[in-house]
Amino acid sequence: MCIAFPGKILTIDKDNFAVIDISGTQREVSLDIVDEPVTVGDYVICHAGYAIQRIDEEVALEKLSFLRELIDNEIY
Amino acid sequence: MKYIDEYRDPGLVRGLLDAVAIVAAGIDRPVTLMEICGTHTHAIGRYGIRRLLPKNLRLISGPGCPVCVTSIADVDRALYLAGLPDVIFATFGDMLRVPGTDGESLQRLRATGADVRVISSAADAVRFATENPGRQVILMGIGFETTTPTVAAAILSARRRGIENFTVFSVHKTVPQAIGALIDDPEMKIDGFICPGHVSIITGVEAYERIPMAGRAAVITGFEPADVMEGILMILRQIAEGRYEVAIQYARGVKEQGNPRARGVMAEVFEPGDADWRGLGVISGSGLRIRREYEGFDALNRFALPQIHSVEFRGCRCGEILRGVMAPAECHLFMKACTPSNPVGPCMVSSEGTCAAYYKYERSG
Repeated sequence: MCIAFPGKILTIDKDNFAVIDISGTQREVSLDIVDEPVTVGDYVICHAGYAIQRIDEEVALEKLSFLRELIDNEIY
Repeated sequence: MKYIDEYRDPGLVRGLLDAVAIVAAGIDRPVTLMEICGTHTHAIGRYGIRRLLPKNLRLISGPGCPVCVTSIADVDRALYLAGLPDVIFATFGDMLRVPGTDGESLQRLRATGADVRVISSAADAVRFATENPGRQVILMGIGFETTTPTVAAAILSARRRGIENFTVFSVHKTVPQAIGALIDDPEMKIDGFICPGHVSIITGVEAYERIPMAGRAAVITGFEPADVMEGILMILRQIAEGRYEVAIQYARGVKEQGNPRARGVMAEVFEPGDADWRGLGVISGSGLRIRREYEGFDALNRFALPQIHSVEFRGCRCGEILRGVMAPAECHLFMKACTPSNPVGPCMVSSEGTCAAYYKYERSG
């Protein structure tokens, strides 16, 4: 049940609803419970019609390249 | 597909798998890990992860499917509410086929005329209420910390808008108390926990602090194959080094402090209460009931529920399966009397239930 998807914010309306793109599918989600300001273009993790967290792009990229480096150099 | 494809890269997963094999070989004994979350059970089955793991590493499934752990008494109460006249009963789809006493279900009730509607967001139920002012809308409030704030937000929005024909039947539960019960259970021999990624987006690391205190590994893990592999690797390293902590693999979504705003919304509307978990029994403080300030939105307050005599289906072993002490194949009903098209117990009903995941992906063994 705790399934959630990363989606990109396309628009935000005055009632704090956003239209997001999840792998080509557009859905409307409420931004009422995200805990930091989000803007168009941000990625958010969405669950049951609500965005629940902004994805930290910097952290994601940094972690992924670090992981690749460890794997490529067989440091793990 | 950003934030999905990168974590399905076969080269990355293979590299992680090699690393898992090396670390596991260094731990010279059998290791049992539990994935708490049903979404993990599903991912592990879907990507065939179990079959790839070293021989001394065993994954067992835990009580992390909210539909599965809902007690039969609560299922029966939901069925009673859904059958009341002039009621629109709104529920997430997973709940539809869960059998109550005598095999009754929301789906069957709907077929005989009850207005049961499947929603994908709690906000949908509030919309039904505004569209149907002459009727009562009851939302089945089910789920863990990931879902509860969305239901709380729906109640707050109903109050803001002065909507009076909307109530919630809450069977919400919280994960940390259930983990505590698993740790305290002497039958349970778990070396490490694959902690649920999306619950943790809300709770942060604090929810799991009992795990390292009990000398077990804990890693908050995402749901793509590379996430699951890296989570397992991080757990094995904690075990190999004998150094236990709550670590975060799923860092692109989970912050150490979680989502305080969502927790605030949840705490505004709900307060802890005891809850009856299928398989685990009553765990004190593990449920969430609606606070008195919001009792106008509590279905238990609006509608008088009779005493219902609830009876579990005989032979169903969902209880043991939810505690991880029994595997689906060990249940006599599995794949015989109990299949996804004709489920006996909730672990087969929900697509994320342990039995349904094993039936779909791991039948060959």
